[in-house]
Amino acid sequence: MDFSTFLIQTLNSVQYGLLLFLVAAGLTLIFGIMGVINLAHGSFYMMGSYLAFGLSPMVAEAYGGGLISTFFIGVVIAIILGYLLEWMFYSYLYERDHLQQVLMTYGLILVIEEIRSILVGDDVHGVPIPDWLSASIKLNEVMTYPVYRLFISGVCILLALVMFLVLSKTKLGMMIRAGSVNREMIQSLGVNIKFLYRIVFAAGIAIAAFAGMVAAPVSSVYPGMGQGVLIICFVIVVIGGIGSIKGALIASLLIGFIDTFGKVLLPEVAGVLVYVFMAVILLWKPSGLFKAGS
Amino acid sequence: MKGIKYSLVALAMVVPSVFAQNQPPLKVGMMLPYSGTFAALGNAIDYGFQLYVKEQGGKIGGREITYVRVDDESEPSKATDNINKLIKRDNVDVVIGTVHSGVAMAMAKVAKETGTTLIIPNAGADIITGPMCAKNIFRSSFSNSQPGFAMGEVAAKKGYKNAMTITWKYAAGEESVKGFKESFEKGGGKVTKELTLPFPGVEFQALLTEVAAAKPDVVYSFFAGGGAVKFVKDYAAAGLNKTIPLVGPGFLTDGTLEAQGEAAQGMLTALHYGDNLNIKRDNEFRLAYAKQYKLQPDVYAVQGYDAAQMLAVGLKATKGDISKKDDFAKAISATKFDSPRGSFTMSKANNPIQDFYLRQVVGKENKVIGIASKSLADPARGCSMQ
Repeated sequence: MDFSTFLIQTLNSVQYGLLLFLVAAGLTLIFGIMGVINLAHGSFYMMGSYLAFGLSPMVAEAYGGGLISTFFIGVVIAIILGYLLEWMFYSYLYERDHLQQVLMTYGLILVIEEIRSILVGDDVHGVPIPDWLSASIKLNEVMTYPVYRLFISGVCILLALVMFLVLSKTKLGMMIRAGSVNREMIQSLGVNIKFLYRIVFAAGIAIAAFAGMVAAPVSSVYPGMGQGVLIICFVIVVIGGIGSIKGALIASLLIGFIDTFGKVLLPEVAGVLVYVFMAVILLWKPSGLFKAGS
Repeated sequence: MKGIKYSLVALAMVVPSVFAQNQPPLKVGMMLPYSGTFAALGNAIDYGFQLYVKEQGGKIGGREITYVRVDDESEPSKATDNINKLIKRDNVDVVIGTVHSGVAMAMAKVAKETGTTLIIPNAGADIITGPMCAKNIFRSSFSNSQPGFAMGEVAAKKGYKNAMTITWKYAAGEESVKGFKESFEKGGGKVTKELTLPFPGVEFQALLTEVAAAKPDVVYSFFAGGGAVKFVKDYAAAGLNKTIPLVGPGFLTDGTLEAQGEAAQGMLTALHYGDNLNIKRDNEFRLAYAKQYKLQPDVYAVQGYDAAQMLAVGLKATKGDISKKDDFAKAISATKFDSPRGSFTMSKANNPIQDFYLRQVVGKENKVIGIASKSLADPARGCSMQ
């Protein structure tokens, strides 16, 4: 590998890592702060992609286009949906053990897949990249780099910053962090914990759906796309430390590097490298790299 | 009481008509994916099969056809149970299935043990008509290495000297690449590097960077469904399609052109079917299919249609008695099938010997522009029947 190829692969690693963070961030919020194992997280990612696919022609017709307005409408729908789902299903799970959480959220995966199949069918679809982001940058004589991928990276960094600031600098963030440590105590201090959890859950779902929407133009939209990202997201959340935003960001970048360079340098074992890495990290630090709420 | 009386009367009316025929209906077990990612493929196969039976007036070899359907969910772990249920509980006479190679392998194993006739309308695993071959197992589609082999011939003839391959690290992809490599290197080319990534991963950027660094003359890749869409789009987004042509088996651009859009334009692929074939048989088939189901047929519908043709040939030769396995198999081997894809015969391992077309993506069609490989047979290595 010569130096310029190495640089391009590094760019690929960072870009992939940031994309992973975008999906994993919502999961670490819900898993870490509310203690619910949400297997349906990948399904919300898929739902986001399908929202982008379904909404973009409608938005184009109503407002004359606009990726940003599509994202905005999609996120609003996802927040409402997350809020309702928490109220209908997830709110019964906090006191239950993990097996019951797994059962219910797994059931939700099947239901969401079936609804998707009925509404949209099983074909593969594409979402066009808007004109103002469709350019590419020349990297060397044969390869170019799509600007949209850089746009995704920018969005991810922005989201990481916003999440970090909200959790560590605002009163809401303080309540959320406190709630994750001791549910009863914060309730007795007069905070409506049910409402708080509902907001966290809706935010987690909205982030997952947002990730799906942002990724849709490069990943295309197809059945079962959520399952692929779900497992890698759990790996990231566990490595980074459950509930830690900073941890999720660093773990995502590490996984991005291992996956990218693994495929190139050790293609025979590329499939297991990230899991070996997870095992090593857990042997060294059993509860992940960072603490919850950091 | 009245209800029972009526049903007795109804029964009395039905029974003689059943006995009036000399043979009971033939039970066909359709074990296909009716849900999940491959649902569209399973339905197309089922429709194609039914269309042929309908064209024969609902009867084949003098026997009426009835169906028992099982959704195999493309789930290999449930395959053995599902096919056993069809054979033992439902007593089907013949099994048609399936799309997924892992499921088909489990089915072939059971078919071999029980002697039940099995016709495979898609799954391409080389091994089924290789080491696992049996006289009661037939395939109406292709073996995985066939389209790769055909494309390799084309690439070598075009004068490409070195090639790279990219696929998922799983059986179908590796067999496809093996076929390409064999014919490409026989034609004087060289496969310099075989890139793989874990199934069903879709993060291709690292491997595309490798391609750009090595600058081969041509890239051969096998992906399907969502992976095929993303790969073709990523390849174009990286600008590689401008200097290094991307080729593959037909699955890379079949049923995915809507989603691939601009990125797939001009691509060459090889398959035993395509759009604009312009054979009389195909035109008739397409018209009949479109009339019946209000859908355009695809390669899967053709394979289902031909599975029914195979069954018909065997049943006619045995006068409807499917238990005469040797006569059934002999008749199929001796027949030249008149298929919408063009005519084909069967190899000694019961896999089609057929023309592979060279297709080019034009708009939203895989337009046939020539023949990539004429009367191509799978070598069926390891099969004891040759």
